[in-house]
Amino acid sequence: MNLTKIFKNAFMIMLASLVLSACATKKVTNQMQGDVYTGKDTVEYLASGVADRVFFATNESVLTTASRETLRKQAAWLRKNSKINVVLEGHADERGTREYNLALGERRANSVKDYLMTYGISGNRISVISYGKERPVDSGSNPLAWSKNRRSVTVKAN
Amino acid sequence: MIKYFKYIIIFLFSITHANALIEVDITRGNLNPLPIAVSPLSIDSNSNEALQKTLKKKNIGSEISKVVENNLQTSGLFNPLSKDAFLQKPDIAHLKPRFEDWSLIKAQALITGKVIYKNEKLRVEFRLWDVLAGKEMMALAFTTVPTNWRRVGHIITDKVYERLTGEKGYFDTRIIYVSEEGPKTKRIKKLAIMDQDGFNTKYLTLGNELVLTPRFNPTNQMVTYLSYFRNLPRVYLLDIETGIQEVVGDFPGMTFAPRFSPNGKKIIMSFAMDGNSDIYTMDLENRVVERITNHPSIDTSPSYSPDGKYICFNSDRSGYQQIYVMKSDGTKVKRISFGKGLYGTPVWSPRGDLIAFTKLHKGKFYIGVMRTDGSGERLLTENFYQEAPSWSPNGRVLIFYRETKSDSEGKGFSAKLWSIDLTGYNERLVDTETDASDPSWSSLLSN
Repeated sequence: MNLTKIFKNAFMIMLASLVLSACATKKVTNQMQGDVYTGKDTVEYLASGVADRVFFATNESVLTTASRETLRKQAAWLRKNSKINVVLEGHADERGTREYNLALGERRANSVKDYLMTYGISGNRISVISYGKERPVDSGSNPLAWSKNRRSVTVKAN
Repeated sequence: MIKYFKYIIIFLFSITHANALIEVDITRGNLNPLPIAVSPLSIDSNSNEALQKTLKKKNIGSEISKVVENNLQTSGLFNPLSKDAFLQKPDIAHLKPRFEDWSLIKAQALITGKVIYKNEKLRVEFRLWDVLAGKEMMALAFTTVPTNWRRVGHIITDKVYERLTGEKGYFDTRIIYVSEEGPKTKRIKKLAIMDQDGFNTKYLTLGNELVLTPRFNPTNQMVTYLSYFRNLPRVYLLDIETGIQEVVGDFPGMTFAPRFSPNGKKIIMSFAMDGNSDIYTMDLENRVVERITNHPSIDTSPSYSPDGKYICFNSDRSGYQQIYVMKSDGTKVKRISFGKGLYGTPVWSPRGDLIAFTKLHKGKFYIGVMRTDGSGERLLTENFYQEAPSWSPNGRVLIFYRETKSDSEGKGFSAKLWSIDLTGYNERLVDTETDASDPSWSSLLSN
């Protein structure tokens, strides 16, 4: 009687740990922290080690620690290459109204601009454009796809 | 560019305002649409022969009656009866209907008419009959160029609708929208315009640049929209008759979310710079720009009340997207949406009493309406994604767009126009040649 109960419990624990580990692996392949994308799938490089984009949480324009690290590298690269100007393209995911998303994309790109400027990059070298939800990189309708699309991309302008 | 406004002359030859027996209540969801017989309009053989050549239609009389029938059907308020059951010939019915024959098939109202082609003009007359009372309710005639024949059908529907419901119709109108093609990541968007029933689609831009959110001027044939021409997102004006475009929101930043004021003389829009969006107006005559809001939050999607005294808009100044109302000079800002979820795209009803909106709550999107003080919120339709309602000119129907979910490869995605009655009934797919979004309903073209 007791033995079967113990077995039953052990089985339940095993099952639970299986489910949990499944969740854990899922989280790693999902490449998200909270709902901010942390993967490299869509990332391109301005120069070796200098990623071109940063990602945002839903409805947010605050830069994450990882984003700030990326942007410091971009700033260093821009300081080294003083003839290069950039366009910051701000984007939103598809889960918001079109007009609000245009404003949100503009806000995201500008928070990147502000950060680059605090690292000594002149505002004259940076222009900003918002695409709202009009130019997704991932066409899926799922949280991972949306996290890749909530982004600001730094593009060489010349 | 578009020769729509070839004249239509209307002769009122008698409108009998005697106490009609039939009346259609449009304030509630109509579960018993009025049975109506739309007799094919009669046409003499000479006229028919001549019109066959110019219009390439076998019988323009029955084509016009089909336009009327389809309009009445989609309104949800009428039930057009099958023509197979009609006993009386169109020409005789138009002179003097045998009311017993029509009441036998349960018709309560009857539309008859006649088409004549003379001096290269199309003359159409029609009569509306009250079958139960055995009386003529209305008789009208129109003269126009033959190519306008669909509009004649729409005007007839408007007259019938008005006579039976007591409110103006919305059939002789057009929808401007964004036509969409191609994969989600590289969508090609063009401005397109069509009749309210989906016919006569014309493309107004070529798809070389991204275009969004076209809106009609309520007083004429101008349209304002957002274009990414030369990669500078700016508000533009387009004259749909001449095809002439001009930039109006050429500020050192992005201008977007444009709409006309009710008198058509101003454009209200958002201007985004340095990460902040505020609302501005521009007088189209003297190009004077006025700042209306001044707040570090996102202020967008402005829409005037029909008397021009108030503006409703969307702001996230509370931390999340909500709907606000202010006086048109920007003072007395008041939040009106307090329900659970996010609210966007407020649009003031042409009747003045309601604001339509998009709501996002728990991963679902809703189109709804509330009173202008935010009370009486009513959600009309729920879906995976839908937004941007636009009112029919009589304030009885909303048109909006809906997107479907796509799988991880982007398959399954579509964007379509839908309409729904203010009552929450009669939800319908509006047919478009391509995928479509951002619809805007014009005012009535005639009267």
